[in-house]
Amino acid sequence: MPIRETFWNIPHWAEIGQYILAVLTMVIFGYGVFRRIRRWRQGQPERRTDQIGKRLMAVLTQAIGQFRTAQDIYPGIMHLTIFWGMVALFLGTAITTIDWDMTHLIFDFQFLKGGIYVVYELLLDVLGLLLIVGLGMATYRRYVTRPARLQNMPVKRLGRDDAYVIISLFLVAITGYLVEGLRIAVVKPDWAPWSPVGNAVAAVFTALGDPTNRVLHLSLWITHGLVAFTFIASIPFSKLAHIFSVPTNIFFQSLQPAGALAPAGENSETGVKEWRQFTWKQVLDFEACIRCGRCQDVCPAYASGLSLSPRNMMIKLDTHLWERNGGSSLHGDVISSEELWACTTCRACSEVCPAFIDHLTSFVDMRRHLVIEGQVDAQLQDALANLGRYGNSFGQSERMRAKWTQPIQPKVKDARKEPVEYLWFVGDYASYSPSLTDITQKTAEVFQKTGLDFGILYEAERNAGNDVRRIGEEGLFEMLVEKNVAVLDKCAFKTIVTTDPHTYNTLKNEYPAENDHTVLHYSELLDQMIASGQLKFTKKLGYKVTFHDPCYLGRYNGVYDAPRRVIEATGCELVEMPRNRDKAFCCGAGGGRIWMEEGEVKERPSEARIHEAANLDEVKVFVVACPKDVTMYQDAVKTTGQETRIAVKDLIELVHEAL
Amino acid sequence: MNIVVPVKLVPDLVEELTVDASGSALDTAWLRLIINEFDDHAIEQAILLKEQSGGQVVVVSPNAEGVEDMLFTASAKGADQLIKLNGDFEDGVNNHGLARALATLLRDLQPDLILTGVQAHNDLDGSLGPLLAQYLEMPYVGYVSGVTADSGKVVARKEYPGGLIAEMEVTLPAVLGIQAAEQPPRYVAISKVRQAMKTAAIDEQEAATLDPSGGPTVSRMYQPEATEQATMISGSEDEIAARIIDIFKESGVL
Amino acid sequence: MNQDILVVIEHLRGQVSDISYTMLAAGRELAQSTGGSVVAVLLGHNSQNLAGDLAADRVLYVDHPALADFTPEAYQKTLAGLIGENQPRAVLLGHTTIGMDVASGLSAQLGLPLVSSGRSFTADGKFISQICGGKIMAEGDLPGPTALVTMVPGGYKPEQGQSTQPPQLTEASAPALEGLRVALKQYIEPEVSDVDIAREQLLVAVGRGIQNQDNLSLAEELAEAMGGVVCASRPVVDQGWLPTSRLVGKSGKTVKPKVFLAMGISGAPEHVEAITGSDVIIAINTDPAAPIFNVAKYGTTADLFDLVPALTDQIRQAKSG
Repeated sequence: MPIRETFWNIPHWAEIGQYILAVLTMVIFGYGVFRRIRRWRQGQPERRTDQIGKRLMAVLTQAIGQFRTAQDIYPGIMHLTIFWGMVALFLGTAITTIDWDMTHLIFDFQFLKGGIYVVYELLLDVLGLLLIVGLGMATYRRYVTRPARLQNMPVKRLGRDDAYVIISLFLVAITGYLVEGLRIAVVKPDWAPWSPVGNAVAAVFTALGDPTNRVLHLSLWITHGLVAFTFIASIPFSKLAHIFSVPTNIFFQSLQPAGALAPAGENSETGVKEWRQFTWKQVLDFEACIRCGRCQDVCPAYASGLSLSPRNMMIKLDTHLWERNGGSSLHGDVISSEELWACTTCRACSEVCPAFIDHLTSFVDMRRHLVIEGQVDAQLQDALANLGRYGNSFGQSERMRAKWTQPIQPKVKDARKEPVEYLWFVGDYASYSPSLTDITQKTAEVFQKTGLDFGILYEAERNAGNDVRRIGEEGLFEMLVEKNVAVLDKCAFKTIVTTDPHTYNTLKNEYPAENDHTVLHYSELLDQMIASGQLKFTKKLGYKVTFHDPCYLGRYNGVYDAPRRVIEATGCELVEMPRNRDKAFCCGAGGGRIWMEEGEVKERPSEARIHEAANLDEVKVFVVACPKDVTMYQDAVKTTGQETRIAVKDLIELVHEAL
Repeated sequence: MNIVVPVKLVPDLVEELTVDASGSALDTAWLRLIINEFDDHAIEQAILLKEQSGGQVVVVSPNAEGVEDMLFTASAKGADQLIKLNGDFEDGVNNHGLARALATLLRDLQPDLILTGVQAHNDLDGSLGPLLAQYLEMPYVGYVSGVTADSGKVVARKEYPGGLIAEMEVTLPAVLGIQAAEQPPRYVAISKVRQAMKTAAIDEQEAATLDPSGGPTVSRMYQPEATEQATMISGSEDEIAARIIDIFKESGVL
Repeated sequence: MNQDILVVIEHLRGQVSDISYTMLAAGRELAQSTGGSVVAVLLGHNSQNLAGDLAADRVLYVDHPALADFTPEAYQKTLAGLIGENQPRAVLLGHTTIGMDVASGLSAQLGLPLVSSGRSFTADGKFISQICGGKIMAEGDLPGPTALVTMVPGGYKPEQGQSTQPPQLTEASAPALEGLRVALKQYIEPEVSDVDIAREQLLVAVGRGIQNQDNLSLAEELAEAMGGVVCASRPVVDQGWLPTSRLVGKSGKTVKPKVFLAMGISGAPEHVEAITGSDVIIAINTDPAAPIFNVAKYGTTADLFDLVPALTDQIRQAKSG
């Protein structure tokens, strides 16, 4: 009957030695894990233990199933083969241990025999081969194709860490096969073909004969043991730590809406000035980063040539945590203000991160410190001062806010004076920007023609504060919220409808939820009205158009289909850009970037986006659903010389035209 | 160095200014007050000096709507003492009246240096700084865009149009009219202002009866005719060029 | 007490500044209503030659080494003496870096009333001041007995204050100028290499209408002739024809010059919001519907390629003639 003598050819001293080494390895491993946990716990408290079921499900699908990791094909396959190869070998070893050290030792019973044993051998042999294939792919990728996102390492020595992991895994796998092959070469069991790889290795060694092979077997068995134990002991001390830090990070991810930023809390007077002011979960974020660089690939700031790379931020922060004697300061030495200000808060990084890192909360917490220190550029300072004084970034009187309504008949209702069903929160850009007046007036016209009962707050509306908050000016955000809530509380309405996705996000996710009202983006409202038959079109426009998903509508709030259905209802043919929906590329205006000095850029994100759209055959219209997008892209079509090729239109313009 | 910065609030030009029923004063109903931008620079310059060479900064302002917020903002930036001057300021006061009231107060504070905005856009009786200097018998230099402290004196960088700078050595105590601080006024986060509201105290002082003599009396105030559309110039190239040159000359650039 | 108008001549490093001539023209207007004469006051050291083209009935000249360069204290002391002796109806000073340093001080020292931001005088001798960033005009009787007035440009043309006839020069003695607490240490020249368009008084701005980089020389020649600086709207900078430091607009600088000459600029809001602080905007654009004409004070639809060379020529002639 097929069976394997577990310690064949192994003298007793070596067997004992193995158990001693195993214990030592466990101690070192345990210390390494303890050291990391101790480090996380130096962060500020934060509760992340609600909805355990949902959290476990996330671990199951994303840490074990690795759905997100697999979305990027080559590295996805690479990682899955290494992962399953390792899991198989680990489980195989564990099963042997149970078989030999538990059931055999205690009950004198072995289950690894007969049919079970040969299937076990076959599976292990093949899955081990998967590991080698995966490692081959990794080596080829890291050292031959060298994708840009793996280069440009801010901490040089980490390159050795990367190499160590590949080499040690290779050694574990190869020495394992050699040991197996040598055993087969000597024992020559009948069931050897069930271990195809081991059998092939054996064929090479058979010629050497005994006792050479026995000696070789013993020495390789020792080598394999040493390599494997070293490997296991080093897990918490190398990038392999992600084996437990990533699942932990996935388990503890925020289950709040992505659009709800945590308040400054304990750090409201300083922002995050030094790393211990981060929460333990943010510290865990930094440690969970495996440096894959997917975030860097999708980052609009990085693509435009600014100094920010979310990956490098994580690497630098993680390295900073482990610095001895606190040699360098978080701000300045580790993270520059340029990097922090470059972020558009588009959330593309977090959306692709296979480790489910929440980059933005850390960035905003650090920005909060810069704001408290007054380290803002002149343009941003103007915008913030204007927002504080006038409630809008344009530095105009609040009495001018509703100036755009002047030609509109009948007069737009004042929601402060009479009850309305829909309270339209117009937003700064739609209210004040001269180039958007026409679009805002068309929105009002569409609302009026469809018989919508709506009103606005006139001069009482303030900037809702979404981007003020993401700048890190929490005090100003609170002030704006107070003022808006004070007036909203006095109005009677059922639903808030917004023009601006940024406004939409903060009203929906961050404003006090006392009032029993829903918040809709105008694309959602239009979609509902089309579905209910309240909005009917007389024309089929027949344009070939593409749609740009606003970050705060799509990635932040998952509204992808409503604007698309509206576009199709107007009789336009929608052609998607390569980067659409949750992969949509940011226009570059978010997170307060629209108020800042631009800095030295290679290509603006908005220009890259226009090029992307212009490459779509016959697409003549670039449809947006955000006032800031209108501003950004109308500018970008000019600077890219695509004015005659493609026209930027707001969704409402299509609706207005098709009415 | 003991630095005192007298500042005042002025009508915010972002709002449309209108003339009241009397036809000789601004309609205060719609007026929004804001710190005189040059005074804001004076506060910044004072704090920069304090940061460089120590001392303390006292900010003084006549009472007006919003003056507390402005003073707390100054405190959040680094001012050590805040003084609100109470008096008969509701209907506005000219700089002569204000300077006399401030002079009494400032004598007691014994400042080494008084920094104030070089002018305010609604000054109709000259700027505040030289009036104060005269009442306090101190020397004055205006249009200053940088100050370096030395023992018993300061070097003030007076800026002429076109960027020429005259370095003036001024014996202390002195008054300087600030055109621009060495760095633009810093941003102060709202949370810091709110913090200052909790921790800083405003010292209230009473002004004596105001004596506005020395300023003019306005009999009529009006808005200049608005130019909604550009005045179009037509004619031959040479005629147009000649007209443009006239405009240059009228504007004082040629 | 007499009805004369004293005009304090301003000069910096051997050059009489334009405001002096503007004030002489204003003084003439005012003198007509008071019935006095226009007396220019010139303080300096070996500066008699500066009096040559002053359109004044006479020039009162004070020579002293301490007056060689402007310092507020020496000027104020000297002027206080002269005003006390002459007791004129009004003293005109510039609402400038020089005049404003002494006007208020004189008012307080001599107990004389002061009017600032004076732009012009009415035929019956009332002052008109321009305040609140030009948004409000204030009118009133000229206070007495002697009114001090600081004058802004715009009410009179400087040429009106120039004369080809050298005026009569009377020398007056300087007061004791000792123990002064303000002393000029040195002048620091502005850095020429690095222009800050936000601080320039005269900007020649080019937009897309300039068409190509070679045409930029038209703007540069014009700017050089008139002592201004070339700046641009976004399309021009994006083409790399001018550095970003010259960009006016949302992503560039906000400018507040005395004169902003916009050539071939359509007037996109991102650009317009950065130029509204200019005192005077002159727009050259062949498109009569260009939005720039909504913010410009003056405009012309002449072709810039014809107009600009003519303009440059005329300025050069004016300067050399």
